Amino acid sequence: MASGKEIRTKIASIKNTQKITRAMEMVAASKMRKAQDRMQKSRPYAEKINRVIGHLAQAHPEYKHAYMLDREVKNVGVIVISSDRGLCGGLNTNLFKTALTSLRKWQQEIGTDRKINICTVGSKAAGFFRRYGGNVVAQATHLGDNPTLEDLIGLIKVMLDAYNDGEIDKLFLVSNDFVNTMTQKPEVKQLLPIQPTEQDKQETHHWDYLYEPSAPEVLEMLLMRYIESLIYQGLVENIACEQAARMVAMKSASDNAGNLIEELQLAYNKARQAAITQEISEIVGGAAAV
Amino acid sequence: MTMTIHVDIVSAEAEIFSGLAEVVYAPAVQGEVGVMPRHTPFLSPLKPGEVRVHLGPNQEESFYISGGMLEVQPHLVTVLADTALRAKDIDEAAALEAKQRAEKMLADRNAEIDYSRAHAELAEAMAQLQALDRLRKIKQVR
Repeated sequence: MASGKEIRTKIASIKNTQKITRAMEMVAASKMRKAQDRMQKSRPYAEKINRVIGHLAQAHPEYKHAYMLDREVKNVGVIVISSDRGLCGGLNTNLFKTALTSLRKWQQEIGTDRKINICTVGSKAAGFFRRYGGNVVAQATHLGDNPTLEDLIGLIKVMLDAYNDGEIDKLFLVSNDFVNTMTQKPEVKQLLPIQPTEQDKQETHHWDYLYEPSAPEVLEMLLMRYIESLIYQGLVENIACEQAARMVAMKSASDNAGNLIEELQLAYNKARQAAITQEISEIVGGAAAV
Repeated sequence: MTMTIHVDIVSAEAEIFSGLAEVVYAPAVQGEVGVMPRHTPFLSPLKPGEVRVHLGPNQEESFYISGGMLEVQPHLVTVLADTALRAKDIDEAAALEAKQRAEKMLADRNAEIDYSRAHAELAEAMAQLQALDRLRKIKQVR
């Protein structure tokens, strides 16, 4: 059995760890609230641009933009959104698992001679694909807790250019979906070509927009913003997920530390009692011998 | 009663305005447009400037935007305002940067990129000043 002093230092060290995890838990809780607020704030834009795209799908435009047309899939691109920091439970691991499953599936579909274009957001994804290998064409890291669209523009443009040049024929987004504080679900969404939702397919009378200056230019700008808003939304949501996951992970770490301290305290008390008993019996034995 | 049209002005970070208006003026790329109820469906990019929402007689609200998109439906106007400064060259520079980060390359940034950024910033600043000027005039009249 470990001696009393050893156990005492162990308890002290675990108590220190517990202090840290508890502090991290509280920080994550307050950051999560802010991240959720931001998620709410970015929602109106996403809703409105969705509505516009919905209208566009209902219209019968003479000009169809490449982003809205399906074409033969020779190669795919994928954007993976992860967190910048660890200590958030299985959030990133689960995300990468989902990403890998999809990547393998796509790789089978397009054949092994082509490399899937990967785009990473957040240092964790960058690190993961550096280890795993893969054709990483662009990356953005250290976006902080309050990312702006500007941080993403470059990365999105790389992928859109690849789509325009025919290097990729489909673009996917892999990111975490914020279900609630306890649950975050990794999800794979198709960004390009844009898929109209069911309600958009309703048949109505034939009409088309007036475009100024011209349909290709206007649609290019609109659809680019649509894609950007989807990716931005994904990023903001992922930050909320990260904080929520961290909060839960740190809470269970603090609880586990508490349990460990209790057990160690018990062991310490037992060891101390054993030492005392031994001493007494030695004294009694000594006295009897005299 | 006069006819009204529903107006939504949103940016990626917040909802700016939502309500009914008689006329909406927006700075489309090919000149300012005024939108009244039952306008034909219309799509256009916007340049930096102010969006004026005419709510009723002598009631007007104006919002400064740094570019975006305008969508018009017969009873609905949607202004999708940009939060970031946009110009083709800047986008391309950002794309280049993202690529370079991926390739872990450290190259000097192009002077041309800085020029186009300055140009876009200048256009935005001028539009802001104009919007301020107009606001000042309105105040004097009242």
